[in-house]
Amino acid sequence: MPPAPLHRSRRARNIALAGALFALAALFFAITIAKLGS
Amino acid sequence: MSERSIATAARTATAVAAGDGQLGDFVALLKPRVMSLVVFTGFVGLFLAPGTLHPVLALTAVLCIAVGAGAAGAINMWYDRDIDARMARTRDRPVPAGRIEPGAALGFGASLAVGAVLVMGLAVNLAAGALLAGSIAFYVFIYTMGLKRRTPQNIVIGGAAGAFPPLIGWAAVTGDLGVEALVLFAIIFLWTPPHFWALALYRAEDYARAGVHMLPVVAGGAATRRQILGYTLALVPVTLLPTALGEAGWTYGLGAAALGALFLICAIRVLRDTGDRAARRMFGFSILYLFALFALLIVDRSLSLPGV
Repeated sequence: MPPAPLHRSRRARNIALAGALFALAALFFAITIAKLGS
Repeated sequence: MSERSIATAARTATAVAAGDGQLGDFVALLKPRVMSLVVFTGFVGLFLAPGTLHPVLALTAVLCIAVGAGAAGAINMWYDRDIDARMARTRDRPVPAGRIEPGAALGFGASLAVGAVLVMGLAVNLAAGALLAGSIAFYVFIYTMGLKRRTPQNIVIGGAAGAFPPLIGWAAVTGDLGVEALVLFAIIFLWTPPHFWALALYRAEDYARAGVHMLPVVAGGAATRRQILGYTLALVPVTLLPTALGEAGWTYGLGAAALGALFLICAIRVLRDTGDRAARRMFGFSILYLFALFALLIVDRSLSLPGV
């Protein structure tokens, strides 16, 4: 794979990973609120 | 461009060719189509269980079931990469196709499995976490590593792994297991052999080439067709148990009976048809059948809720 598509592919993967980490942080926050409320 | 940068680019490109998978390849490792059925049946267990669960925790439980199932699928693809490479149906999977390194697939699956179990155990409850861990371990160690290559009964016993999700969903709400949850388990357990053997009937050459001891490879097509009918005959009455036990109403009961009759017709056609056509149809219908059965349980319960 030439460097440009390679970098696009890795960039997409890294953005997805960042999105997953942010979603996880948001989920843990929501779980904490839910647990505090119950 | 200097010689050094060209060499670096070439090394990087080689790394990709040797298994630096793209995002879609990692998604494919999670077997998303299998995951959809697992998530749905898990959600039904959660929906039918007596009691209430905070919506965020319910979402967390369903998410953990999905990730746990996907993780088990990724570990399965790591372990089965040699036989996957020999089968037409599976040779384009990310690991046998060389788009993801085996070690990366194992690490990805193991990390997700541990994460899903920990979150389920800590955020929802220990029973649901333990059941999720048990289902992943059963799929990986008992089915994938133990049974799949050794016995034609692989998917009969291994089918239990796929039957766990309603139990996990139920336990997420109640913290234990009820009779209705066990009935849901039994439905998926008995549905699995006709579902997979219908597929194996028209993929028998593929399985034989890979050395997988599926029933059509070991016992032949005629014996498999009889077994499919036998399991279907056992399955249909079990699908009526929720109504018989008073856990579901007549909406579900009549729907399950009609769907069961259609599934039985499929099995009889498979018994009579020595070609592939009936088996292909039965495999396709079996997926719809399980979705419809579990959807009926939700509809039936929704109709019985106060104010409906």
